[in-house]
Amino acid sequence: MQCLEGKSVYKGIIMGPVAVLKKNDYQVKRRKIEYPEVEITRVEQAIKESQEQLQKLYDKAVVEVGETSAAIFEVHQMMLEDEDYLESIYNMIQTEQINAEFAVAMTGDNFAEMFSAMDDDYMRARAADIKDISERLVRNLSGQKDFDLSSSEPSIIVADDLSPSETVQMDKDKILAFVTVHGSTNSHTAILARMMNIPALIGVPLDLEHLENGVTAVVDGFQGKVIFDPDDDTCAQVQQRIKEEQEKLNLLQDLKGKENVTLDGRKINIYANIGSVGDIGYVLENDAGGIGLFRSEFLYLGRNSFPTEEEQYQAYKQAAQMMAGKKVIIRTLDIGADKQVDYFNLGQEENPAMGYRAIRICLSQPDIFKTQLRALFRAAVYGNLSIMYPMITSVEEVEQIYSIVEEVKQELEEQGIQYQIPEQGVMIETPAAVMISDELAQVVDFFSIGTNDLTQYTLAIDRQNEKLDEFYNPHHKAILKMIQIVVDNAHAHGKWAGICGELGADTTLTEEFVRMGVDELSVAPSMVLKLRKIVREMKV
Amino acid sequence: MKNFNYTITDEIGIHARPAGLLAKEAKKYSSKITIHAGEKSAEATKLMALMQLGVKCGQTIEVTVEGEDEATAVEEMKAFFEQNL
Repeated sequence: MQCLEGKSVYKGIIMGPVAVLKKNDYQVKRRKIEYPEVEITRVEQAIKESQEQLQKLYDKAVVEVGETSAAIFEVHQMMLEDEDYLESIYNMIQTEQINAEFAVAMTGDNFAEMFSAMDDDYMRARAADIKDISERLVRNLSGQKDFDLSSSEPSIIVADDLSPSETVQMDKDKILAFVTVHGSTNSHTAILARMMNIPALIGVPLDLEHLENGVTAVVDGFQGKVIFDPDDDTCAQVQQRIKEEQEKLNLLQDLKGKENVTLDGRKINIYANIGSVGDIGYVLENDAGGIGLFRSEFLYLGRNSFPTEEEQYQAYKQAAQMMAGKKVIIRTLDIGADKQVDYFNLGQEENPAMGYRAIRICLSQPDIFKTQLRALFRAAVYGNLSIMYPMITSVEEVEQIYSIVEEVKQELEEQGIQYQIPEQGVMIETPAAVMISDELAQVVDFFSIGTNDLTQYTLAIDRQNEKLDEFYNPHHKAILKMIQIVVDNAHAHGKWAGICGELGADTTLTEEFVRMGVDELSVAPSMVLKLRKIVREMKV
Repeated sequence: MKNFNYTITDEIGIHARPAGLLAKEAKKYSSKITIHAGEKSAEATKLMALMQLGVKCGQTIEVTVEGEDEATAVEEMKAFFEQNL
């Protein structure tokens, strides 16, 4: 039994036989040739074959992984038509009188090197594409076949690295997992693995030379481990885990794509809470209807200076695009209290929970706020974005926010930058906001109830103080009554109200929330389908 | 000769796919179409040379068109950039 660690690209667990893809079987040798025309004709023929293969790969990939991911093969086809690339090959054959294979390999190396030297991550990664097309040409020139799995049983593919064409041309039914020595989390392989829902590990220090086809292995994407030749105990454990994962998956699969609707027809939105763009995968995986709370703090935490407008814009835009038209509610900066950041210079406070935090910082230091608003308005063009403001206690605060929004809008307008003002809502997390929710409902588009702070402020219990745990009752009638007031006031003015605090994920309250008329529950991605199950089995 | 300036709005800049499409488009005309980015320039028919320019989002490039069909080509090129980059 041998256990190796790597970086997991897709979480899953599987056991099966290994199929080793050994790449450098074919060494390109330099040969002197007599008739350059013959070599050039061979190259032309190989290009034709390659173009046909790439067209097939493209068509296959469009069906399997979608047009965006398939576009790479279209690009490969275009690269094979590049005048400079072809000229370089023909030139070498003619002037140096060398064989076609060697000329292609040399040209491929030269062009790949030029891209590797560029100062742009995207362009550097294109070196792999040049190598991929060059290797394809060499394979076609030398009559080698593509890696073929069709005759083997479903296997764990083990390789040094996989090119996009290698990944796609494999028969998906025959692939259990990928394990590679090289590759990055942004490589085509990783992206494709995620799209195909196949466990994949990269950066595993394998000795490919001594690995044999058919050896049993376990790929554990949860722990980032691969175990070769597992002993009986391990096998038994792994089989149990595979079974459990499968059961979980079945439960999820059954509920995916279904509506959050009660037996008597009441609907509710179930969205997900996330802390960074990286979490969006889980949102989609769990079929949430949108993002109900995107904590923008992650952009500000764990660094030494403010994030730039561009950094924020890219993150928000990516979220909007990835959610493809589904609602993405981004909460503006909620720093202070238990979330401290050095470069904000907030200073020590006697009572930070009731102190200088969230919207209070934004209204006192409008420069910080404006940068975030600019980024949000620019990103709003790319999807269904909404903004919500935290820690609101008065209508005047909302009016102050709106005047800053107006300034930002003017600036963007004058600079001719594309923007859109999204829906704007407020968090209801202070008793004051609850009491004036009828007035607030007239000036905002929606409410999202932050039950954590609302409970702490209403019950006068500091959540960080362990001594108070026995007095803390999250199901306190006061809280439930407040939620009812907020929901009723929202509806009276044609607005909607949701819950994004921990209480929203409390499965003992789900039925009650639905009956209260709550329009949306935003919870951890892993809770989405559990709530959906309760909703679908209840009656109002 | 005709020319125009264009500021790239695609977030990855002139990346592989639009460069490939541009090369295809440029091959339709007999005019010589050149993309100038700072001190570097590349013929619009050459995919890899275009990528080598490393043009990023927000960068302004100059497009020059010279030849018999330059009047049509320059208009079509403008439309191409606005649609794809």
